Parts: sequence; C-alpha cells; structure tokens
Amino acid sequence: MATVTDTQHAPHSHGKPSGLSRWLTATNHKDIGTLYLWFSFAMFLSGGVMALCIRAELFHPGLQFFQPELFNQFTTLHGLIMVFGAIMPAFTGLANWLLPLMIGAPDMAFARMNNWSFWLLPPAALLLLASFAVPGGAAAAGWTLYAPLSTQMGMGMDMTIFAIHIMGISSIMGSINIIVTILNLRAPGMTLMKMPMFAWATLITAYLIIAVMPVLAGAVTMVLTDRHFGTHFFNAAGGGDPILYQHVFWFFGHPEVYIMALPAFGIISHVIPTFARKPLFGYTSMVYATSSIGILSFMVWAHHMFATGMPATAQLFFMYATMLIAVPTGVKVFNWIATMWEGSMTFETPMLFAIGFIMLFTIGGLSGVTLSVAAVDIALHASYYVVAHFHYVLVAGALFSLFAAIYYWFPKMTGKMYNERLGKVHFWWSLIWFNVTFFPMHFLGLAGMPRRIPDYALQFTTFNEIASVGAFFFGLGQLIFLYNMLVSIRRGEPAPQKPWEGADTLEWQIPTPAPYHSFAEAPELEVAENGAIRAMKGGKHH
Amino acid sequence: MSFLRFFTVMLGMLATSAEAAEVNLQSPVTSIARDIYGLHTLLLIITGTIALVVFGVMFYAIIRHRKVAGRTAKLFHENTTVEVIWTVVPFLILVGMAWPATRTVLAQKSTRGEDMTIKVTGYQWKWRYDYLDDNFGFVSHLATPQSAIQGVSAKPVNYLLEVDEPLVVPTGKKVRLLLTANDVIHSWWMPALGVKQDAIPGFVRDTWFKVDTPGTYRGQCSELCGKDHGYMPIVVIAKSPADYDKWLADKKKAVAAMADDPNKIWKLEDLKARGEKVYQQNCVPCHQATGKGIPGSFPALDGSKIVTTDKAAHIHIVLNGSQKNPAMAAWGKQLSDTDIAAVITYERNAWSNHTGDVIQPKDVKAARGGKV
Repeated sequence: MATVTDTQHAPHSHGKPSGLSRWLTATNHKDIGTLYLWFSFAMFLSGGVMALCIRAELFHPGLQFFQPELFNQFTTLHGLIMVFGAIMPAFTGLANWLLPLMIGAPDMAFARMNNWSFWLLPPAALLLLASFAVPGGAAAAGWTLYAPLSTQMGMGMDMTIFAIHIMGISSIMGSINIIVTILNLRAPGMTLMKMPMFAWATLITAYLIIAVMPVLAGAVTMVLTDRHFGTHFFNAAGGGDPILYQHVFWFFGHPEVYIMALPAFGIISHVIPTFARKPLFGYTSMVYATSSIGILSFMVWAHHMFATGMPATAQLFFMYATMLIAVPTGVKVFNWIATMWEGSMTFETPMLFAIGFIMLFTIGGLSGVTLSVAAVDIALHASYYVVAHFHYVLVAGALFSLFAAIYYWFPKMTGKMYNERLGKVHFWWSLIWFNVTFFPMHFLGLAGMPRRIPDYALQFTTFNEIASVGAFFFGLGQLIFLYNMLVSIRRGEPAPQKPWEGADTLEWQIPTPAPYHSFAEAPELEVAENGAIRAMKGGKHH
Repeated sequence: MSFLRFFTVMLGMLATSAEAAEVNLQSPVTSIARDIYGLHTLLLIITGTIALVVFGVMFYAIIRHRKVAGRTAKLFHENTTVEVIWTVVPFLILVGMAWPATRTVLAQKSTRGEDMTIKVTGYQWKWRYDYLDDNFGFVSHLATPQSAIQGVSAKPVNYLLEVDEPLVVPTGKKVRLLLTANDVIHSWWMPALGVKQDAIPGFVRDTWFKVDTPGTYRGQCSELCGKDHGYMPIVVIAKSPADYDKWLADKKKAVAAMADDPNKIWKLEDLKARGEKVYQQNCVPCHQATGKGIPGSFPALDGSKIVTTDKAAHIHIVLNGSQKNPAMAAWGKQLSDTDIAAVITYERNAWSNHTGDVIQPKDVKAARGGKV
C-alpha cells in the first residue's frame, strides 16, 4: 500500500524496504556494500579460525591435533577463503559503498547485476566450507592448487573449482559495475584526473580483475577436465606439462596480488591527507604509479617459479621486471610520507592503521625486493620467509588498510562514532601481535623451514612457539573490533556530517548517515586533485 | 634491529628448546651458497638502510609535525625535483643490486663441466638416487619412527631430517643433478648447498653443486606434494674423494648382494615377512599399517575385493597404478618383481585377509608382459 502512494507522489523516492527482502533483493549500493562487508568479515573469521588451527598444530614439533591431510586442507582453505572470501569482497564492498558518494553518482551503474554479484558469494563460500565434510575432505593442494597434485584429490577439489568459478563470475560482474560507474556516472566537474585516488585504485583493480579472473577460471577448468574428462593438459604422460599450470595460474596470481594491494593504496591516499590536514602529495604521480604497477603486474608472474628450472634468460628477465615494480611502489610510499611532512597531524584510529600500513607494507615490500633477486630466491622460495613476506603485504597491507577504511568511513555509513579508545586498543594490539606472529617467520625461512608442513625439525621450535602465541593473541584482538562495531552501531555517539577536520572529498559534503538515495540528482562540482571539493551546487538526496 | 633485540629477549624467556634458534641462512658449504649468503647480506644492509631512512623521516614528521605541537599544515603538494630524485635513486640502487645477482644466477645455471651425474627422482614421499656413472641406485626414506612423530617416543636430535640411505657425494667434485618426479611435483632443497630445484614429473631439470668440506647436510622437500610432504627429508653426506671411492666400492657390492634371483620359488612366510617390510616403506602412508586406508581418500586393503579375490587384478593395479585414482602409483617402475610379489603376498595374507595365496616373482614378471 505504502509503495503505491510513494510512486504516485514522488517517483524517485522509494522508502527503505524492510526485513529480509531488503537484503535478498537489495539493489541499493549502500545495502549491497554492507552485505559485502559483513560477508567478508564472516569469512575473515572463518579463515582466521583455520589459521589458528594451523598455528596450534605448529606450536610444537610432532603431530598433536591434526593429521597431515587435514592440516593441508586448513592451509589450502585458509588461503582461498582469505583471498577470495575476505579481502576481495571487502574491497568490493567498500567500492560499492563509497564510489557513488565520492564521485556524485546516484548508485552503481547496474544495480540488479550488483545484487547478483553479491549473492553469488555465499553459495561459493558454502561450497568451500562444506567441502570439509565430503569424503576425502577439502582441497589440500595449497591455495595455488598446483597440478598434478590437484588432480589427485577427492570431490572437495571439484567443489573448490566450482566455488572459484562462481567467485570469479561475481568479481568480474562487480568489476564491470565499478568501471562503468566510474567512467559514466561521475558528476559534472569530477574529471578523471581530479577524481579521488580510491576511485582510481578501484578502477585499475577492476580492469586487473576482468583481465585475470578468466585466466584462473581457465586454469582450474583444465584441472577439472584432467580430473574427470580424460584430458592431459598437465599430465606429461599424455603430452601435457605440469609447469603450464603454474604459468597460467601465476599469470592470474601476480596481478591478483595487486588486486589486493591497489585498493589499499587508494584508501591510504585519503586517510593520510585527512589527518595530516594537507592535500595528497604528488597526486598525478600517484595515478601514474598505480597504473604502472597495474601494467607491470602482468610481466612478472614467473618470479613465483624461479625454482622450477627456467632458463637463465627467463630467470633474469623476471628478476629485472620484478625489481622494477619497487620503483612505483617506492614512489607511493615517498608520496605518503611527503604528505605527512610539514602537516598538522592527529592520530585517530584510521590514521594509526594507515601509518601501521605504511610501515609494515614497506617491510613486506623490502622483503619482496630480496625475494625478487632470483639467486637469493632459490634459498628462500617455498620457505617461511615467503609466508612472512606475503603476510606483511596482505595482513599488514590489505587488512590494515581495510581497518583504516572502516574506522574512517564508519561515521558516514552508520551515523554514529565508533569508540575511539577501543579503536586505539585494537590498533596497538594488532600491531604488536602481528609482528610477534610474522616477524620470526623470516628467521624460520632463512634457517630452512619449508612452508606447508604440519611438523618440523627441532631447531625450528622456538620461533614457531612465538609465532603461534602471537597468532592467538592477534586473532583474539579482532574480537575487540567486532565488539566496537556492534556496540557503536547501536549506541555510538551521533556523528557530525564531517567528523574529520581535514576530510575534503565529496562524501563528507552530504548528511550523516549518508541518505539512502544520495545524489538522486547529480551535483555540479568544482573539484581539486584527489577529489577535494571546492564548491558544490545542487545534488538532491532522498 | 629493535625487532632482533626483542626476539632475543623472547628467546631467552622461551628457552625450552635444546638448540639455539638460527636467525640467518645456514652456513654455506658451496660457492653458490656463499654467493647467496653474501647477496642476502648485501640486500639486508641495503633494504635495512632504506627502511631506517624512510621510517626515520616518517617518525620525525610524526613527532614534530603534529597538531598538538601547534603546527599548521603547509599545503604544498608537488615538487618535481624531489619526485625525480626518488624515482631515479631507487632505480639506480636496483641496478646496483641486479649486477651481482645476475652473476650468481648465471653461475647457478651453468651445469656443464660436471665430474659426475646423479639422477634424483621424487616419489610420494621419498627420494630415489641413481648414480648414472656407476650404474646403481637406491631409495632414501624418512628414518624417524612414527612413534616419535605421534609423540609416543622421544624425538631424536635430527627429528624429520634423517634418512635410511643418505646421498653420498665426494667433496671438490662438480656434481650435476638430473631431477624428475614420478607422480607430482617435488622440490629438492639443500640449504647449506644453496640448491633448490623442482622435480617435475615427465620432465628432467638439472642443477649442480660442488661441496668444499666433508660433512652431513640436511634439507627437505619444499614443494607441497600431498599428505606426507613434511616427511621426505634429504640428507647429503660429503666425503673426501678417497673415502667416497671406498664407500662407492662397498655400496656397489652391497647392492649386488641384495639382488634377488628372479626365478626363485619363495615360501609363503618368507615372502610375507619381506612383503611386510616393503609395505611399511611404500604403502603405509596411504593404506595405513592397519590396511584400513583413509576413507574417502585412500581405499582399505583389509577385506578389499581385489586383494581377496582376483589375483591378476591385484598384480595389475600394483604394477600399473589405478585408472580411477591417480594417487595410486604404478609400482612396477619402482620395485623389483620380488618386492612386488612379496608385498602382494603380504597384502593377501595380512589383517583379516587369509587367502593363503602366494604370488611368485615369476608371476609378476609374466604380468609385466615382457616389459622389464
């Protein structure tokens, strides 16, 4: 009844649908963004529980809790769930929530496809989690699913392959939406070379996703047909080549690393200027650096394969190309620090996480430079050094940037302030225990401990104990975050329209919480670099 | 560095393990491993310095340029000179790193001019070494007992890094390894020698080392290769050329003495006793000591239809592997007729399988269909 009156009186003002159907049939970018974010947090927790199972088993040498086959399932699913279930959907969720607000669009370009891209994810996650219960258990070939090992597993592997197909379709559709929204729905005045870095980062990420997710789908489909339909893509006895799988996988896999890093760069490029009360240093060079990282990411895949025995020329080419990525990445770090330089800084939780990000991501980047040197990589490949390296990049990189983003935009999303004290506790707790967990892994790798083993020689005991203790405390600390979010959503202080003195992008020009239908009419904007709003005319919300 | 100190303190607190934990690469014993060690040290110094400078500037700003210190922000947002400098300088540093790294990569890849060649084959989950110049070979298994892994007995000093048959090589000789695998990809990693090379089924890759000092060096498989990936160690013993020659002569004699007469007719209990050993070394990881397998992944042999009825099918699946389950290897390529006959006889008479069947080596030979 209410809808009838609504449509008669104001064709553009639909009320908020209520109940379950609001979420199942969601087409509003804010609702879908919220779904993505909660989904990714649930996945973060389940992937985290698997990580804790791994660390529990590795607390002491010998087998205490799990047999090797289950341990391998944990390492495999931990990786897959964190990459495809936690980090990627979290960034897509943020993009959904924020892009329309930042560029002055009424919603994402394809609202119904947006619904479908999200609702593909829960079935995929269920397939992954349910695979633990089928005969033979979940996939146990590592998240890289290297053939021919992945042709040996039980039906858990088929479920994983199907889940990857579904998640791939989901992220491709999400990316199409992001690209079309950014290219077509910017408000007048929001030009490409003025738009926020977050928009640039998600735009480039979306292109990377569209380019490489089909490649991954191809790789796992070849595994599937090798498993069931008598093909021999990866079976040398039938004329195939096991290394072909790795080339195809890493042609996806390396851009994937940047799919999980570029949006983080975008977030940091807003948080740092806001709390330094200064414009982002070197906006134009940031755009070019992000683009060149995107392009270079397609040319370095075989640095994951230095131990496969490629010819010397290939080792050298991929070594040089990989080292080259350090240049634009370094430019970004220098730009952030130059933004902080001579600023007027305050250190609210988002800023703390952003600074933590810069520091730990830089450490991860520098260990990456060490790994890029093919000669040294021979000593470190597939060791715990690599585990340390990519957790510095992905936990302290992607995850810390996500925490920064959630704290930063929480007031705009919910209309409430989070608890600053708890936020700071969460940051320092995470920072300390993250390092206790992952820093010793550098030593383990150097001393010769391979990754993906359920049991280890006695000389590795001490650092494994430290890492396990750290992991449990780190995991525990994330409950502080959950508690802060739940309590603040209900009982937080009301947030002002612009809670951060230095915030200057478009989303801070509209009421808090962001109206359900923001920018139903496009505003006319006068914009400076990095999406800073100088003047705004018009722009109606419902 | 402060992290190092922090962990040294933690280490003191957690002094439960007998050995001091290593924080760096293992002591190198080949020229390549020394190059790697030197390169890593150089990289550590360069990246450590970069980190110190970058973080130094950042923390200076954090401490000095804060609002509570009464600072107002200076609103500059570009400076071409600075931006060119911090693009070009890192590039030059990288070129400086690439130069020595390139030399080491080329040295790692120059496998020619070898003094001897050993073929290394990775199996789930053991290594086989064939001395191609001397025409003999052996399989190297994990020597740590299951009881130590399960915590029933004490863990030996070289827990998980000990084997029954180590790879023995002479010092001062360039040893070329040819690596391949039988089932999935494995990787032969020997940290002290600076060698890591994947062993890929159906392909041959090579690498090399020349050990300077006699000694025992330990490593393990570094490519996830299934359930017992953590349990396929590598032990290399380097002996002086004179000691090596003596070992070689003894070993060849021992291998010859162990060869079986393929036409011998065996008695059930002898064959079963031999088969139990073969089963322990090769079949237990999947089918388990109990013969019950692991439901869903590896079928049970106890009470299995193939094992209790059709002899020909039993010999066929052990010789040629399973069509349905690629995890079941073709053992005909790895084991002698006598070993295969023994293990099949054992399986047909172990647990609740009391068939009384005896499979003789000649039956296996016949089943190979003329192939060796």
